[in-house]
Amino acid sequence: MNVNSNGYTFGFAGVMVILVAAILSFTAISLKDRQKKNIDLEIKQNILRSIGVQVERSEADKAFDDYIKRSLVVKNNQPVEGIDALSVNLADEIKKRPEDRLNPLFVAEKEGQKFYIIPLRGKGLWGPIWGYIALMDDIETVYGVTFDHKSETPGLGAEINTAGFQSQFRNKKIMRSGEFVSIEVRKGDASGDHQVNGISGGTITSVGVDAMLRDILANYVEFLKSGNI
Amino acid sequence: MSEVVEKNVVETKREPLFSKKNRKLITDPLNDNNPITVQVLGICSALAITVKLKPAVVMALSVLFVLGVGNVVISLLRNFIPNRIRIIVQLVVVASLVILVDQVLKAYVYDVSKQLSVFVGLIITNCIIMGRFEAFALGNTPWKSFLDGVGNAFGYGIILIIVAFFRELLGNGTLFDFHVIPESWMISNGGFYANNGLMLLPPMALIVVAIIIWVQRSRNTKLIENN
Repeated sequence: MNVNSNGYTFGFAGVMVILVAAILSFTAISLKDRQKKNIDLEIKQNILRSIGVQVERSEADKAFDDYIKRSLVVKNNQPVEGIDALSVNLADEIKKRPEDRLNPLFVAEKEGQKFYIIPLRGKGLWGPIWGYIALMDDIETVYGVTFDHKSETPGLGAEINTAGFQSQFRNKKIMRSGEFVSIEVRKGDASGDHQVNGISGGTITSVGVDAMLRDILANYVEFLKSGNI
Repeated sequence: MSEVVEKNVVETKREPLFSKKNRKLITDPLNDNNPITVQVLGICSALAITVKLKPAVVMALSVLFVLGVGNVVISLLRNFIPNRIRIIVQLVVVASLVILVDQVLKAYVYDVSKQLSVFVGLIITNCIIMGRFEAFALGNTPWKSFLDGVGNAFGYGIILIIVAFFRELLGNGTLFDFHVIPESWMISNGGFYANNGLMLLPPMALIVVAIIIWVQRSRNTKLIENN
């Protein structure tokens, strides 16, 4: 048989494509549930980490039910019924106008204290960045944050997911005498109540974190102030 | 993963498999014919992922698997692949292997898959893999191709790890994220030492690779051209 004839070439390509497609789609479909479960558990782990609770992935389900007392979805400063806060896809929501967005909010209780956990999502240098910010009962003081990223530069922008960067946010305030001011990620001195230090060499990622906080938190301020949680 | 495969094969049929010629397939790429320092292939990933040791090790292992298995697949198919679409066939083999690995990792070892995420695409475009498929696997038997794949992946991995070692140590003061240079030495803590931020930027990867080539050439006389 002539392996270089046109007919054989087409035949080979056709068989190869169908075979590879079958193998890959079979693998993808049969592993889908396990992968989804891993991602869901990681989300719960991250939410818990923002209030300083570290759990193994296998225990995330139980711990989440223990600590998270309520979860709700806010749209245009009003709670929306019938939507699971965990199922809201922030990647889609941040593309909408602020008044059309579904804003998930988790209410947690730890050692008798109440926390409001807000999921964050924004743009880094190479891809999306996201995280969770936990506010204390006074709705202005930050208790803890977690950040993560898809593909920021290791050693530079990727440092946003390190404890060194995240611990700076503790006890900073997102309001100044009742007005929303967010937290500025800046270069140089960051001793103020509304400032943290950016990452040297990771300027665009730092700016992304700054913009993400400003953009997302603004949608919650009125609702949190209204106090009908 | 491919290391396990290798051991099984070794145990079942021992002697003739490791003739001097076959051993050379593994040892050659480590020094005399190193894919990075001698053939100057795969430089792109040597730049991109050597800022820290951990991703470099993960990348080296992934390339080991993809190159070992891919070389065998291409070698088994070598008499059936139409010449005119052979590059496309090679690409399909690499891409599907990488996707398979990625899917399995995501389902069973999620943490490793998170480490790897960005580098999966880089494995597909790694010129060493296509280079070995084209130059070796298409013309040799599966066992020889397997040895060649493993050898080249080791040669690639060693350089990657050496470069990452120096970049992480001098640029960050850490190894595998552990602080090896005491924090009290840092100028910010009243000490005398500062990390060299330049080491974290891509140009320093090239310079480190160049220094490795320099050292290698001065020690290995076979590599010095006589003109």
